[in-house]
Order: sequence, then C-alpha cells, then structure tokens
Amino acid sequence: MAPTVPSAAKSASPSQPSGKSEVADLKQQLRQLAGSRAPDADDQRRDVFKRVISCMTAGIDVSAAFGEMVLCSATSDVVTKKMCYLYVGAHARAHPDLALLTINFLQRDCRDQDPTIRGLALRSLCSLRVPNLVEYLVTPLTTGLKDPSAYVRMIAAVGAAKLYHISATACIDADLPASLKALMLSDPDAQVVANCLHALQEIWTLEAANSEAAAREIETLYSKPVVFYLLNKIKDFSEWAQCLVLELASKFLPSDNNEIFDIMNLLEDRLQHANGAVVLSTIKVFLHLTMSMTDVHQQVYERIKAPLLTLVGAGSPEQSYSVLCHLHLLVMRAPMLFSSDYKSFYCQFSDPSYVKKLKLEMLTAIANESNTYEIVILDVFSPVTELCEYAGNVDVPIARESIRAVGKIALQQYDVNAIVDRLLQFLEMDKDYVTAETLVLVKDLLRKYPQWSHDCIAVVGNISSKNIQEPKGKAALIWMLGEYSQDMHDAPYFLESLVENWDEEHSPEVRLHLLTAVMKCFFKRPPETQKALGATLAAGLSDTHQDVHDRALFYYRLLQYDPAVAERVVNPPKQALSVFADTQSSEMKDRIFDEFNSLSVVYQKPSYMFTDKEHRGPFEYAEDLTNLAVGAEAQENVISAQRYQENDNDLLLSTSDKEDNGTRASNGSATSTYNAPSDLIGSSLISSQAPAETSLINTGGPTYSSQSNFSLDDLLGLGVTEAPVPPPPPALTLNSKPVLDPGTFQRKWGQLALALTQECSLSPQGAASLMNPQSLIRHMQSNYIQCIASGGQPPNYKFFFYAQKDGATAFFLVECIVNTASATAQLKIKADDGTAAEAFSTLFQSALSNFGLS
Amino acid sequence: MISQFFVLSQRGDHIVFRDYRGEVPKGSAEIFFRKVKFWNDDEAEEAPPVFNVDGVNYIHVKVAGLFFVVTTMVNVSPSLLLELLQRIARVTKDYLGVLNEDSLRKNFILVYELLDEVIDFGYPQTTSTEVLKSYIFNEPIMVDAGRLPPLGPAAMFMQGTKRMPGTAVTKSVVANEPGGKKREEIFVDIIERISVTFSSSGYILTSEIDGTIQMKSYLTGNPEIRLALNEDLSIGRTGSSSYDYRSSSGGGAVILDDCNFHESVHLDSFDIDRTLTLIPPDGEFAVMNYRMTQEFKPPFRVTALIEEAGPSRAEVLLKIRADFSANVTANTITVQMPVPSYTMRASFELEAGAVGQTTDFKEGSRRLEWNLKKASANKD
Repeated sequence: MAPTVPSAAKSASPSQPSGKSEVADLKQQLRQLAGSRAPDADDQRRDVFKRVISCMTAGIDVSAAFGEMVLCSATSDVVTKKMCYLYVGAHARAHPDLALLTINFLQRDCRDQDPTIRGLALRSLCSLRVPNLVEYLVTPLTTGLKDPSAYVRMIAAVGAAKLYHISATACIDADLPASLKALMLSDPDAQVVANCLHALQEIWTLEAANSEAAAREIETLYSKPVVFYLLNKIKDFSEWAQCLVLELASKFLPSDNNEIFDIMNLLEDRLQHANGAVVLSTIKVFLHLTMSMTDVHQQVYERIKAPLLTLVGAGSPEQSYSVLCHLHLLVMRAPMLFSSDYKSFYCQFSDPSYVKKLKLEMLTAIANESNTYEIVILDVFSPVTELCEYAGNVDVPIARESIRAVGKIALQQYDVNAIVDRLLQFLEMDKDYVTAETLVLVKDLLRKYPQWSHDCIAVVGNISSKNIQEPKGKAALIWMLGEYSQDMHDAPYFLESLVENWDEEHSPEVRLHLLTAVMKCFFKRPPETQKALGATLAAGLSDTHQDVHDRALFYYRLLQYDPAVAERVVNPPKQALSVFADTQSSEMKDRIFDEFNSLSVVYQKPSYMFTDKEHRGPFEYAEDLTNLAVGAEAQENVISAQRYQENDNDLLLSTSDKEDNGTRASNGSATSTYNAPSDLIGSSLISSQAPAETSLINTGGPTYSSQSNFSLDDLLGLGVTEAPVPPPPPALTLNSKPVLDPGTFQRKWGQLALALTQECSLSPQGAASLMNPQSLIRHMQSNYIQCIASGGQPPNYKFFFYAQKDGATAFFLVECIVNTASATAQLKIKADDGTAAEAFSTLFQSALSNFGLS
Repeated sequence: MISQFFVLSQRGDHIVFRDYRGEVPKGSAEIFFRKVKFWNDDEAEEAPPVFNVDGVNYIHVKVAGLFFVVTTMVNVSPSLLLELLQRIARVTKDYLGVLNEDSLRKNFILVYELLDEVIDFGYPQTTSTEVLKSYIFNEPIMVDAGRLPPLGPAAMFMQGTKRMPGTAVTKSVVANEPGGKKREEIFVDIIERISVTFSSSGYILTSEIDGTIQMKSYLTGNPEIRLALNEDLSIGRTGSSSYDYRSSSGGGAVILDDCNFHESVHLDSFDIDRTLTLIPPDGEFAVMNYRMTQEFKPPFRVTALIEEAGPSRAEVLLKIRADFSANVTANTITVQMPVPSYTMRASFELEAGAVGQTTDFKEGSRRLEWNLKKASANKD
C-alpha cells in the first residue's frame, strides 16, 4: 500500500478543522478530484476523504459536501471506499435524493468478485436508512443470504434487521424472517447463526405487538429443539455470541429435571471462561433453571461463588464493578452464603470510589453474629479510623459511607454494644462530616434501641452545635436534645442559644426540628424553656418558609386550645421501632433478580423504570410470560407510588434522574411508571386501586414511631384500638404483635414445605362485605393474624397472612385466595412448626368464617 | 443493543464517533462528558461506569486516559458491554502498538474500519485480532512511545500503569518491521496483584493474590504452544509457578482458589501434568486468571512510624523490608503514601548510602512517592 500522508494533508492538520471555510475548501478539492485521472488521484482522494471524516468526527456539519463525495466515490481503492461508505451512511438520511446516486455503485459492488467488497457494499447499502430506497435493498439482501461467503451472509443477516427498521412491511413481504430462520438452523458458520438469531429476535419482538404469528415464532425460538441445537454448538460461537445463546437458554423452560441437568453439565465449563459476560450469562441460566429446585439452587450458589470472586479481581475496575453489582444482588438474596468470604469485599486502597461504595454495602449485608466483630472492628472500623485519622480528607465520601455502614450493621441488631461504643468514638473525633454523619446514625439507633440513651446522651451533650454545619446532622442533634431533654442537664439552654441564631439557620429542616424540640423540652422542663418557647414560636410565625410557619402556628393554636392535648401530640409515649420503612420491597428485588445480568442489577431497579416500552429488549416480553408460567413467587404484587419513592431514596441514581425517568415514561407510553408493574404481570393478581394502604400495612402495626409518621397513620387505617374481644382462647394462642418483614416472609415461604392445603367457606355476609381487601385484613388483624401483602380484583382476592405462636418464635404463613362469588377460600399454610399447623388452620378458619358476622 | 460508540479525550473532544442505530438523540457525547466530569462535584466521587440519563444508558471504561463509551436504549448486560469496550481497546492497541490519544488521532480511519467490523447494527461481531486482519486495509501509523508526554495526573490512576511493558511489546501486531523481516516472538508476562493488610502490630489480617498470565504473540502460522505450570498446583483449592521465591524455598503445594482460562486454551492434559495447550491468537490476551487466598509470605513488609512533632508537623519513618531469597531482586519499586489534603510541604531524608532512590511529593494527588530502582533480599 502506498505511503500515506503526503504534504498536502500535513499542512492542514486533520485534528484541527476550522469549520465552515474548511468544508468549502474540501468541497473545492473534491470537485477537482472528481474527474481527475491523474496517477496520484487516488492518494489525494484518500487524504481529502480523511479530512472530511475527521471534520465529521469533530462534529462539524460536512453534509454540504455530500454531492461531491458521491461524485468521487467511484474508486477501486478499498480504504477510500470504506471512508466513502462511512460518510454516505452518516449523511444519506439528510439527502435522500442524492443518496440515490450512491445506490448505483453500491449495487455494483454487491456483485463484486471479492467477498469483502460484496459484504462491505451490502452493509453500507442497508445502513443508508432512506425509506424510498427500500426497493433496491431486497434483492441484494436475498442473494446476500445465499452468498457462498460466510462474511456476506453474516452481514446480510444483520441487514435484514436493518431493513425491518426502515420498512417493516418490505422485510416481511420479502419473507426474510423465514430465510433467516432456515439459515440459523443450517448454516455452518457460527457468526452467521448468531446474527440470524439477533435479527430474528429483533424482528419478531417488534412484530409481536401486531401479529399473533410473530408471538408464536418467538415461542419457537425458546423451544427445546432450537435451544439444544444452539447450546450443543456453543463452543463454536464467539464469546459475544455465546452470551446471546446463553441469554436465550435462560428463557427456556425445561420440561423435566433431566433436561435441566443436561444443560447444566453442558455449560459447566463456561463458568471458567475468562470473559465475565459469558460467566454471568451462564450463571443466569443456572439460576433460572433451578428456580424450582431449592436444594440444587443452593448448590448453584455455592458453585458460582468462586468464579465470581475471581472475576472481581481479574478485570478492570469497571468490569469488577459490574460483577460486584451482581454479587451484591446475590448477597442480598443469600447473605449467609457469603458470610465467610467477607474478606473478599475489603476495600483496597486503589479501588475507585464507586467500587468502594459497593463493597461497603456488601459488608453491611453479610454482617451477622459470627463475623460482625471482625467486620466492624477490624474492617469497617479500621478503614474508617484510617480514613478519618490519617487519610480522612483524601476520600470524604467513602468515610461517610463507612460510618453509615457501621450504623446499618448496628441497626441489624448484632452486637450493638460494641458498635455504639465505636460510634461514640467517632463523635469524639471532631471532624465536621464525621460528627454530622454519626449524629444521624445515633438518632436512628436511639429510635430503635432507646435503652442506650444514657450512654449516648452523655457524649452528645458535649458536642457544640457550632461545629456541625450540615443540616442533617444538626437536625439529628436537635431531635435528640428535644427527645431526651429530661436527661440532658443543659438542653434548654442549648436550645435557647440555637433559637437566638434562628435567622442564621438556612435549612428549613433544622428549623422545623428546632420548633418541635423546643415544644418537647417545654413539656418536660417548663420553667426553664418557657422563654425559649416564646421566642421560637415568634420566630417561627414570622418565618418565610411555609412549612415552618404553619407548624409554628399549629403549635401556637394547640397550646392556646389545651396544653394537655398539645403534650399528647408532641410527646406521645414512644415505642422502639423495629423496622425502618425504607427497605426495598421484595417484589422489586424479585423482578431485578429475574433480570439478572442486565442493567437493572446495576441500577437496582427493574427495567420498566428506566426504559421506554418501545425500547424494551427482545426478551422482556417473553420474560413476563415466564413470570406467569413459573409463578415466580410474586407475593407482593402491589407496588405503591409512595413505596416507590421511598425505595428510590436508596437507589444509586440522583434525584434528577428519577424525575427524568418518571416524566419520560409517563409521556412515552400509555401507562405511567408507577402502574407499570401491574400492567406487566397482567391482570392476574393485582389491584392497582388501593395500593398505598395495602402495601404499607405490613410495616404497620402499633410499632410505628409517631414522630415522623403522622401522615401515615391515616393511610394505614389502623383500627387496632377498636379491636373486638379476642375469640375464646383456643388451644393455640397467637402472639398479638408478631413482626415479620417482607424479605423474611418471602424467604420462609420459599424454604418451608407446604403443611396444609384446605378449602373453607366464608359466611355469606362476609363474602358480601368483602368489597376491598382492607376489611378482611382488619378483621384478621383483630384475630392476631397479620397481612403482609394482598391484591386482586373482585371476585377474586389473594392475601398473604402470617401469625406467630405466642411465646415462641415459630411463624405460620398463609396464602389465602378468596372468591367472593362462591364465598369460598383456598388456604395454603406453611409453618415453622409443622405440628401446630393443624391447630392454626382451625383457628384461621374460625377467624375467617366469623368475618362479616361481628 | 449498542446505539453509539465513541471515544472521548480527557478534554471531551471526540476522537472517534460512530452511530450504529441512529436512535439516541444528538449531543449524547456532550451529555456524557458533562455528567462524568461533574458527577458529584462537592464530594469528588468518580462516576460509576454505568449510568442512565434521560433513558439513555451510558457505559464507559477508561483506558489510557481516554473514555471508551457506548450508549444503548435497551436493558442489556452491563458486563457484556464493559468486556466489549475493554476488548475494543485491546484490539486497537494490538493494531496501533500503543494506545493513547495521539496514536488514536493519527489512526482514526483505521479505528473506524475496525469498528465497522467489530460491531454491526449494535451487535458485537468479532473481536479477534486475527480474524479482523483479513478485513482491515489501513496501515497503522506508528507513534513513538518513548517521547509521548504523560497524560496528566489522571494517568496515575489508570490500571494500565500497573504494567511496565518493555519497548518491544509496544509495536503493532500487524505492522511489518522496517527491515522487512518479521521477528518470531512471543511474550509471556505473569502479573500478580498482591493485597495484604497488616494490623498495626504487624500481623497479617488478609492476604490475597489476583494473578494473570498475559501473552502477546507475534508468531506467524499459529503454532501450538504448551505452557507447563507448577506440578504441585491444585485448583479448587490449586496453584501456579509464579512464586519463584517460594518454590525456591521449598514451599509445598500451591493452591489456587479459582481460575479461569482464555478460549483458546485446551485443558485436556491439565489434570494430568498441569500443562496448558493453546494456539495463541495474534495480539494480547490473558491466558489464565487466578485467585488465591492461601497463606503466603508477603514479599515486602512496610512499617510506618508516625510521630507528631508539634502542632502542625508530623514525622513519618517508613521502612521497607524485602522478604525473599537472596538470589532474587526486585526492580522499580514504588511506595506511595497518601497524606491529608492540608499537607503543605514534605521533606525527605533518605538513608545514607541509598543508591537509585528518589522521593517526591505529588501535590495534585496528595501522595508521597518513594521510588527504588532495585532492592535485594533482606534489606531494610
């Protein structure tokens, strides 16, 4: 090949094009070259083309030169040809008329002797994306699919998908999908097969919206002959195509266990592949295949552990980030499994911050009785002290994250004693952000473990509010001052000084907390606080922030009306709360798990939250079908908008992203984001009517903290106080306030064997009064049976209940399907203690039959 | 599937930009760059490699100071895209010899040619340097690796710098030698990352080795190659020959926790005599990755003694002890120590008689660096 870059191009550096004049200049040169037969014309042409492409890359609009480029395109030099194709592909859309000029030479090239040229021309031809040229595409494509060269066939297969995007009818009319399918099942070249599969999936998935036949065709792709044919050839495929085939296999529904084991044995060695994508796809196949076999599923977890950990260490930080995200998901599902590997998640100094963050989350997740001490003391603690004391400022966010991690572990109840000690030590470290972050945690801890208040208060009392700049930390401190003002000697004076600086306080959150705290303090130590209260209310009333003003006014009126009532409002007796509301719903986690090895895992939200309907991947449609078929433990079929937002607080994306997603989805498709899940799972089980109430019930019960949840009380509709007289004590008594979080419920439901299945009947009155799930839930609650999830449309309702044996830890779990039309209920009972299941069933049935009578 | 692929320089210039499906709105590269640059301004966090803006998913890797980015509208496997980006970077490197902004700019036509073949309509096709050879017609324009300016402070954090390639390795796989004769060469590197955490009292808290056997082949005719590993190696709890200092001191079986292999490796005789048989494809690839957590003697011990010598002064005494047998020497050792951001100045005192050692205080990255050219065993 001739030496490149002669003097002409050197003078005008290709990397710094100067815009308009440059384009004009290029046009000029192209025009001169167009007819030139000079011996070095090819070289010159190549240089000019190069500059055009370089302008294009830099974002300069070079479409003005389109005509000239096309004129120059008749060349035999492959490199020039390629550049020209690239240019034409990028600009043909804007110049459909001129694009017609290129058709001629492209068609000619499609018949070239050299398969490379044929392939190239075919690819460019299909990439033009000009609708009125479709007629010229079909013939080259059909011949291309039968070309002797695999390279051309491979390009033709993708070309068919391109054609479909330009004109769906042209593609279907030419019967291209049928030829693709034939090719997929017969072609000797693996890449051709893979491209056929790509194209078919894309075409049929899009087509499925309008035609039954296409939907059936998709089914056949997931059928046994196709999947096994491809899996048997898997070693021939390139690693990328392997991922594709594995993805296909993960959608396959095997008919018996032998098939499952066949596939798993076949794919076993894929777990040792160096490409992380292949390994993750394989894991997805394994996990999905064994979904129904609990013990094998556990073995799979054991098996995939080592390869995953190797991948974390082997690749670039970006690759290990992706693998860690998947590990994170697995850890959430089976924390015990990784509890002995906690050392693998220790942060390394060189890890980028996003990896460190993730690792800290993992450590939090796998902390349990046996390793808490080590993780907190040796690990989380040591990085924290290290970070804080001697490299603290190097990585502030990570230091913050670590403190939060320590707190989260504490909230999980293991070895609280030691951790509280640690946290209190953080407070003494006297670093602004450390103190702020720790204060927030101490506040949360106190809400859960009030018994620690004395230790904490002693330390908190020594903190000067001057040092805390961050609103969150300050608000937490003020909350503690108000709440424990009876134990803190100088709390009133402290608050008073804060009130004096009211005007300098910029955050409304802090001011709100200050209002409430002063009120609390007033009721506990009236003489000392009276003055401060007056000042606070006055300042609050003149505040410009609406909420602050309103709350001040509310307190003022309340005090005017009756101080005793005010005290009940401000200082109600508090109970330690057991569950914080912001844990992600298990339904959400399940959906993410179903979308293993996809972006959902990284974002920690199911795909419907971040993709438009029209951009759903080829698999998601089918995924919903499998969901229904397998019935993948969708206990919590209800998502409330409120819940969604709470969950989101924990998600990785920033607020602005969320809003963007929300608005986008609601503009884009017929359903809004919030209702999307019900839409997806079909009409099977869900009521989208009263989601807010139902899904919040499970965290409800009298254990709710009253402080921040005024607004929720109404929503919860707790009729607990009016509970009727308990039923005559049967042999089995139930714990009146059992606590079970949805995650545990789900796990138990998965683990326990079915103890009993029964049908029973409801009283006719009961059936009639069951207009919405709420009424039954309340009724059962009065019988100490709690509901964890419910849903359904009349006449069919589905409930998941749980109850706990009094004085024991054993739980009973019930799935109850009620048909109001026939006034019958189907029960499936699972119990920790199988022997008591019978007794519980009687109890449950009597409670159920009483419904509507009381 | 992949909508766009682009390479951005550190300043956000497009070096290569290719749109495969025309579905992502214009300006995506700018959106991406702004997002990455100002990810979380006040907390100075790095952007995660995967994020979503307005329904467009941006996936990127940073190689040699450049952003390799793909965008997609569909919920695809992040690992697949990240692996693919990494592979594209590697294939490009195979072709260009060195991968940096300069070499990419000079060869952007070649890169476009590569991209055409690697991805079609958003579907990854082939990434094997060898297969690609038959479709690529551009000749790479060589860039002299030696006189390249450093890529600024960010280059320090690049993973790529953990490796120190000899000059021979930076030549292109496809280019012919100036003299016309091609040298039949193959490079095998064993790269290990050893992470050890010591407690303040000197005990080892954790120790882990992540290792790779890298191979870069310039052989013609694709001969079969056999690679024999340590016979005492066992997998599942299996091992490798990499620890020469240990095997010389008679350490017993080497146990790897887990490992994985490149596609081209045949493991037929691996179980019998620990031999890997492979037909190396052209270019650079990892033959095997492995991980072990077995107890081992760390090659170095670093001890630090910190004394507060006044309200705004601290004295740090760093000692490094090489802990391996006398016939091995370690070259180019760098000890880095992070210091608080309010550190104004640092002065160094080296032990008397120190040869080939340099120290440096890098203000931008807030690190102290201590470079040693050579260290032999048992030296403090």
